[in-house]
Amino acid sequence: MAVLDFAQYALFLLLVLLATVPAGRYMERIFTGDAGLLERMLGPLERGIYRLMGVDPRAEMDWRAYTWAFTLAGLAGTAGLFGLLMLQRILPGPPSDAYLSTPMTWDLALNTAVSFATGTTWQAYSGETTLRHGVQMLGLTTQGFLAGSTGLALGMAFIRGFVRSRTRHLGNFWSDFIRSVLYLLLPLAVLLALALVAQGGAMAFRDHLALTTVRGNAQLLALGPAAALEAIKNLGTNGGGFFGANGDHPLANPTPLSNFLGMLAIVVLPAGLTHTFGRMTGRRDAGWMLFAVMAVIFALGLGGLHWAEAARSPALPASVAQGPNLEGKEVRFGLAQTVLAGVATSNGACGSSAAQPESFSPLGGGVLLFNMLLGEVAFGGLGTGLVGLLMAAVVAVFLAGLMVGRSPEYLGNAIGASEVRLAILYALVMPLAVLSLSALALCTAAGRAGLSGNPGMRQFTEVVFAYASCAANNGQAMGGLSANSPFWNLSTAVAMLMGRFATGALAFALAGALAAQRRRPQGPGSMPAGSMGFGCILLFTVVLVTGLSFLPVLVLGPVAEQVTLK
Amino acid sequence: MHPQLRPAIVAFLVLTVLTGLGYPLLVAALAWAAFPDQAGGSLLRKDGRVVGSLLVEQVFNDPGDFWGRPSATAGADGKPLPCNAANSGGANLCPGSPELARLVAERAAALRAAHPGQEPIPVDLVTASGSGLDPHISPAAAAYQVYRVAKARGLDQARVQALVEQCTERPQLRLLGESRVNVLRLNLALDSLQGR
Repeated sequence: MAVLDFAQYALFLLLVLLATVPAGRYMERIFTGDAGLLERMLGPLERGIYRLMGVDPRAEMDWRAYTWAFTLAGLAGTAGLFGLLMLQRILPGPPSDAYLSTPMTWDLALNTAVSFATGTTWQAYSGETTLRHGVQMLGLTTQGFLAGSTGLALGMAFIRGFVRSRTRHLGNFWSDFIRSVLYLLLPLAVLLALALVAQGGAMAFRDHLALTTVRGNAQLLALGPAAALEAIKNLGTNGGGFFGANGDHPLANPTPLSNFLGMLAIVVLPAGLTHTFGRMTGRRDAGWMLFAVMAVIFALGLGGLHWAEAARSPALPASVAQGPNLEGKEVRFGLAQTVLAGVATSNGACGSSAAQPESFSPLGGGVLLFNMLLGEVAFGGLGTGLVGLLMAAVVAVFLAGLMVGRSPEYLGNAIGASEVRLAILYALVMPLAVLSLSALALCTAAGRAGLSGNPGMRQFTEVVFAYASCAANNGQAMGGLSANSPFWNLSTAVAMLMGRFATGALAFALAGALAAQRRRPQGPGSMPAGSMGFGCILLFTVVLVTGLSFLPVLVLGPVAEQVTLK
Repeated sequence: MHPQLRPAIVAFLVLTVLTGLGYPLLVAALAWAAFPDQAGGSLLRKDGRVVGSLLVEQVFNDPGDFWGRPSATAGADGKPLPCNAANSGGANLCPGSPELARLVAERAAALRAAHPGQEPIPVDLVTASGSGLDPHISPAAAAYQVYRVAKARGLDQARVQALVEQCTERPQLRLLGESRVNVLRLNLALDSLQGR
C-alpha cells in the first residue's frame, strides 16, 4: 500500500525533525565543555585517558596540528587493525578454523584495515567465513567508534572555522575525539544495541552451530556478538556489518522496527549537527536552511528509489503477480523499509543497506550511486556530511557573488580566492578518485577479472559504484563484483584514503583560513544564509557540481541500462 | 617522532580496551540479563536439541509444508547450498540478467506444477531474498499454498488458513514494515496440530 509506505517515510522525517534540536544542543554542550550528567560520571575516566596520552585537552591546535592529529589517529587505527587481522589465525576463540574459508591475505587485511579506519567499511569479505569474533569486537567494533568520532571531530573543527575570528585555533583534536566517544557514541550505542537485541539481534559468543533442522537437513548457523557491532555501525555512520548479508541478515536487523531505529541512528546526529552549527554561529536560520536542503535531497531520493523499486521486475514471467522488485529484498522490510534504508545509508556514508543493491533496478541503483556521488551531503556521514554541504555553500556563495557583483561572504566570513580554491579542490577529490580508478579498472585485465556475470552496462555501474562508495567512505557495494583480489583491494583502498584524508586536510585548511579572518558584522548587504533563495542556490550548486562531473558516467551506466530493459 | 604520534597510539590502545572489549561485554551482560533468548539467536529446541533459529530460514520442500523464499546462498565450496546460515547473501543478479529470468521462470514452473490452476504466483516465492535466510513469506504467498498443504496433510482448508492467520505478524506499531508469516513457526504449528 503506497499510502502506508509514504506514512513510514513521513514518520521518519518527522522524528528526525523533532530530534534535531535536542541532538544539536547536546552536541554543542559536549564540544563547549559541559556534557551534564554523563560528564560528572565519566569525567574522571576522560581525564585519566588524557593523562595516559600525555596531552593537555585545553591546548588549542592550528589547522596543521589538527590535521596531523586527525591523520595519525586514522593511521594508528589502520596499523593496529592490520596487525590484528594478520594475527587472527593464531588468536583463540570462535569461529573455529574449519569455518574460516576465506584466507586473510595481506591485501585483504590492508583493505579491511583502511576501510574500517576511514569509516568506509567496504567489505571485500563475508564476516562469518573470514573473521574471528575477537577481531570483530576488538578490531571492527572499536573502529566503529574511532572512525565515527574522528569524523565528528572533523565536523566540529570545521564549524569552529566559521565561528571564530582572528585566531589560528580550531580546538583540540584529542579532546573532541575522546569526548565524542565517551559522551555521545558510547552511551547511545549501548542503548541501541540493547534495543536491537530486544528485537532479536544476536549477541552470543559461540562457535558456528551445526544443527539438524526440523525436517532433518544439516544447517550451519553462524552466531556471534553481532548486536554490539550493528549498533555502532549505524551510529558512527560506518556500515560494515557482522554478517556477509549486512543489514539484510535476520540476526543483525531482525524487524522493521530495528531497521527504522538503525536508520534514525544514522540520520539524527548529522541532522542535529546543522542545529549545532546554527547555534554556534549565532545564525539558527542558516542552520535550518542547511537542514532543509538536506531534507529536500533526502526526500527526492526516497521518492526516486520508491518509484524505481515499486516497478515490476522485467525478469518476471506473466504467471507471476504484480508487485515491487523483491529480488534481493526481505519480506519483513517490504518496499518502504528497504527504500528508507537505501536512501539513509547511501546519503549517510553508511554501507549497511537492508537489501542487495546489485538486484535493484538500474535507476534504483542509480539513485544510490547519485547520492554517494553528491558527496553524501544529505545528513551524510557523522561530521563529514555537514562539511560536504558547507563546502558546497562556499561555492554557492561565490557563484551568487559573481552573479550580483558583490564580494562573496557567508555568515560574516569573506569567501576569497583562497577559500574558493580549497572548496573546489575538495569538490574535485571525488571525480578524480572515482573516474580515474574506474577507467583504470576497466582498462586492465586485473580490474575486469572482478566483474560479475551481469549484462555489460550493469558491470560498468558496478565498477563506478565501487569507487564512488569507497571515495565517499560509504562502503556499500553491488555485490556481484568480486572485489577480493590484490587489484581491487589496493585500488579501493586508494579511493578510501583519498576520500578520507585528502578531503579532511582540505577541510581543515579551509577552516583554518576562515578562522584567521576577522568576522565581519552582517548587514543588509550580507548573503541571507537563512533564506529560501540561498537554499535554492545551494541545492542547485550541489546538483550542478555533481552533475557536471558525473553525467556521462550516469548516462552510460544506470540510464542506458534502464532504457534498454525489455 | 611527531608529537601527535604518542597520543594517537595510546588513544588507539585505550579505546580498543574500552570500546572493543568493555562495550561489547557490557552489552552482552545486559542483553543476557534482559533478553537471553534473543541474545542467544532465538534458538528453537525440540527434545532438548537445537533444531534452528526462529529468525533464520530453513529448507522446506515437502508437499505438506509451507515453502519459504528461494535462497541463493552457497556452501564453503562455492556450490549452491540454500539457507546456508554460515554464508549469508543474495544472488546479486540484476533485473536485466538473463540468468535471473531463467531462474525465476524455473521457479514459477515448479510452483505451477505443484499448484495447478493457481495464478498469479506471489512475487516473493520466485525471487531470492537479500540475506538468503529470510524467514518470512507474505500472507499472499502463504494463502497461495494453503490448498496444497491442506490436501497433503488431510486437513480442512479453513483450519490451515486459520493457522496461517494466527502465525501472521502485523506491521510494527501498525505501520512499520509488512505483514508477514514465519514459515518455520507455521510448519511447527501444523505439526503440533496433528500431534507430530
